Amino acid sequence: MKKWIDRIARWVFTVSGFTTSVVILLIIGFLFTEAAGLFRNPIVEEGYVLALNPKNPVKELSAEQIKQLFDEDITNWKEVGGPDLPVRVFRLEDLDQLYTEEQLGAEYEFAGAKIAEQVQQSPGIVAFVPDVLVQEAPGVRCLPDRTIPLKDVLLGAEWYPTATPSPIFGILPLVSGTIWVSFFAILIALPFGLAVSIYLAEIAPEKVHKLFKPVIELLGGIPSVVYGFFGLAVIVPLLQQTFGLPVGESGLAGSIVLAIMALPTIITVAEDAMRNCPRTMREASLALGATRWQTIYKVVIPFSITGITSGVVLGIGRAIGETMAVLMVTGNAAILPSSILEPLRTIPATIAAELGEAPAGGAHYQALFLLGVILFFITLFINSCVEFVSARNKFKR
Amino acid sequence: MSLPIDSSYRRRKLWLQQAVFALFRVLSYAVVAVLFLILGFILFHGAGVIDWTFLTEAPTDGMTSGGIWPAIVGTFWLMVGSALFAFPVGLISGIYMSEYAPDGRLVAFIRTMTNNLAGIPSIVFGLFGMAFFVNYLSFGDSILAGSLTLGLLALPVVIRTTEDAFRDIAPSYREGSLALGATKAQTIWRVLLPMAMPRVITGLILSLGRVSGETAPILFTCAAYFLPKLPESMFDQCMALPYHLYVVATSGTDIEAQMPIAYGTAFVLIVIVLAMNLLANAVRKHFEKKLKSK
Amino acid sequence: MNKIEAKNVDFYYGSFHALKHISLDIPQNEVVAFIGPSGCGKSTFLRLFNRMNDLIPGTRLTGQISIDGTDIYGRSVDVDLLRRDVGMVFQRPNPFPKSIFENVAYGLRVNGVKDRAFIAQRVEEALKGAALWDEVKDKLKESAYALSGGQQQRLCIARAMAVEPSVLLMDEPASALDPISTAKIEELICDLSGRTTVVIVTHSMQQAARVSNKTAFFYLGEMVEYGETKKIFTNPDQEATQNYITGRFG
Repeated sequence: MKKWIDRIARWVFTVSGFTTSVVILLIIGFLFTEAAGLFRNPIVEEGYVLALNPKNPVKELSAEQIKQLFDEDITNWKEVGGPDLPVRVFRLEDLDQLYTEEQLGAEYEFAGAKIAEQVQQSPGIVAFVPDVLVQEAPGVRCLPDRTIPLKDVLLGAEWYPTATPSPIFGILPLVSGTIWVSFFAILIALPFGLAVSIYLAEIAPEKVHKLFKPVIELLGGIPSVVYGFFGLAVIVPLLQQTFGLPVGESGLAGSIVLAIMALPTIITVAEDAMRNCPRTMREASLALGATRWQTIYKVVIPFSITGITSGVVLGIGRAIGETMAVLMVTGNAAILPSSILEPLRTIPATIAAELGEAPAGGAHYQALFLLGVILFFITLFINSCVEFVSARNKFKR
Repeated sequence: MSLPIDSSYRRRKLWLQQAVFALFRVLSYAVVAVLFLILGFILFHGAGVIDWTFLTEAPTDGMTSGGIWPAIVGTFWLMVGSALFAFPVGLISGIYMSEYAPDGRLVAFIRTMTNNLAGIPSIVFGLFGMAFFVNYLSFGDSILAGSLTLGLLALPVVIRTTEDAFRDIAPSYREGSLALGATKAQTIWRVLLPMAMPRVITGLILSLGRVSGETAPILFTCAAYFLPKLPESMFDQCMALPYHLYVVATSGTDIEAQMPIAYGTAFVLIVIVLAMNLLANAVRKHFEKKLKSK
Repeated sequence: MNKIEAKNVDFYYGSFHALKHISLDIPQNEVVAFIGPSGCGKSTFLRLFNRMNDLIPGTRLTGQISIDGTDIYGRSVDVDLLRRDVGMVFQRPNPFPKSIFENVAYGLRVNGVKDRAFIAQRVEEALKGAALWDEVKDKLKESAYALSGGQQQRLCIARAMAVEPSVLLMDEPASALDPISTAKIEELICDLSGRTTVVIVTHSMQQAARVSNKTAFFYLGEMVEYGETKKIFTNPDQEATQNYITGRFG
């Protein structure tokens, strides 16, 4: 009996030990399946086609070109490699203006023919219509559709996930937004974080240390929405006034909030690392006539540099993955930023802001999962850096 | 002394030390002051809003007045739910890591995985929770899905504290018990678990404090913008404090009128984190005293 | 002539009375050993000579310690200058996370020596003095952690000697080392005597007997007996000393 319990316990423990590994596998599995679906989507919204006049020789349009056509930014076919011909944009709704209800039929049964009529009439037309309506219509050339190319997503400079007829999923604005915000956050947090951790580990009297350390740890536990709210209520208006901005929601506001949030992580880890520097190491330096500051920067910091680096890298990781605070204060404009004082948008904020509106299973939904995958890889990379650094540390000492 | 030393060097190095220390002191005080300022600012503005009605009534007039009771209840259930998941699973896998897993590559691998899980941003958990719990397992937007997602978030912390707590127990306790003929399971259950429990509980409480404030993971798995009634089962959606704060701070009909509610909600959130920290401390102290008195 | 003179020294860690009323003189350029069971205060006493205990909060000292006739706890004393003149070697080898060369050069650099040729020359001398030069001369740029424990400890001695201190304090310098390394360290100490004042704390009586001219026996914070090493080990005045050196200790 006793033995059996022991055996069952062993089995339960073993299975349970792999929970985290299984969860990671599940996360990878689910995120990847959804994200990979994006590249099976056609450029043009599913169920629709772009119909052209057969005389129009244009064979291929990228999502960006399609958007420009329909925004009437491109008004002549020669801009996309076609003949010198003015563009006429045609949407399904336009039918209602051109024809009466009787002409179209009660159930739109004549709509296909009417579309065909329109397409044949104007050589420069591009019609965005359901594919069932024009599949067998004579004299209509449907632009052959492709699936969304990887290149357009990874290198695309525009993010218009809800544009019709073809949404654009260029992630560069989001990636650069994330990098800008995190970079400035670390730029702000680094000097403060290092100064505070050195002060707490080496300089502060015991009393001050006992007061500051728990406060800083406690502030690491304050929810990010609270920081975001503080940013919204205080930092955003402050920036707007100081820099005379049209809107205070900006990359800088995000960076400042993130810096404040990353500080506890950086300080705690770096301070612990420096505290781990053996006392005799410090004493040996002081015993040679070095000052405390010489001891700190010539001995203590080199000794604990790996731990300090880990703290900083973890802080960066926290900044990159942070969602709510950034969502609340950066203004969320999905454009390639040209200044940190402009509104911009990060990867996590994009997911949080858009997933609610993206229909499950659609291209937009899948694109957001792709962003999740990218985020997952970034954090995996950062974690590996930390592991690598600490592994090297062990080797050294 | 025969050392060729520039006589001003000593003065300079002492001066440099004073300057650097002063700078660091100023920076440190500034950082702590800013942190206190944030805390104080919110607590100050929030304290005026808190009263019995605010804590016990549902929001009214399109979120512009009334209280936050449903959000408090929702957050409470989410904390309970995530604890129910994270505690047993975390405890058992932590024990496995410390007591059963053969040392070497396997443990290193699992530990790496646990660390990775801890490093994944909460929004990715939200995505996963939506894809897996909400859609694939078709729990729908529910307390169940939200709790499980949050539980995953808390899991690495619980595992790590459990593993550390067990590893720090001197081997002589294990040997002593095994030498008396107890099986490994009995040793863990009767000897090691009671010794490790205070630290495990402390870790759990702290991670629950963190869970209570997470927004991104429940955004798409559980949280409701507004629900007039309290959740009745674990398959219901619920309101939650952090999401409520996000909502009243960023969207709605009358931002001006919503500001006090936002401050009040932030106040309650901070109080929860504070309370969890104090509770964790109290638990640790209590058990430490108990162990000592034995 | 006395290098170090301690008069009526009492020392407290908080409320713990660690050293009780100790007076002793250490003659110049001789090796003095402090022996006694662990916790007897011998290391604490040693660390008073370069004010290392200043770093421990909550400690208190009464009485007087002077080196070369100057009260080292006096107001006008510059601690960094004192420590430059009083070198120290610790129980465990504790090289800095730097190259072998930079470890030895450290003391020179932090005290403001800039002359590269001088530093290089002094590093070589110090390493030769520590009998380490031949072993490391081809890998001066490598990390000090690449050395063995015994080599590391000799590196630490070279590091301490590079600034030419007039006193060298050694706190159980061989306790973490194997017998061969220990023998090398002891040889070094013998070389130093006659040139430098050496105070060594050791728990090994044989070591004290081998290297020192004078020995002090500490017990429970008191200095029980102090005298010529030969006399302490052959014919001590106190019964406690007798018991300790014969291993009949309670």
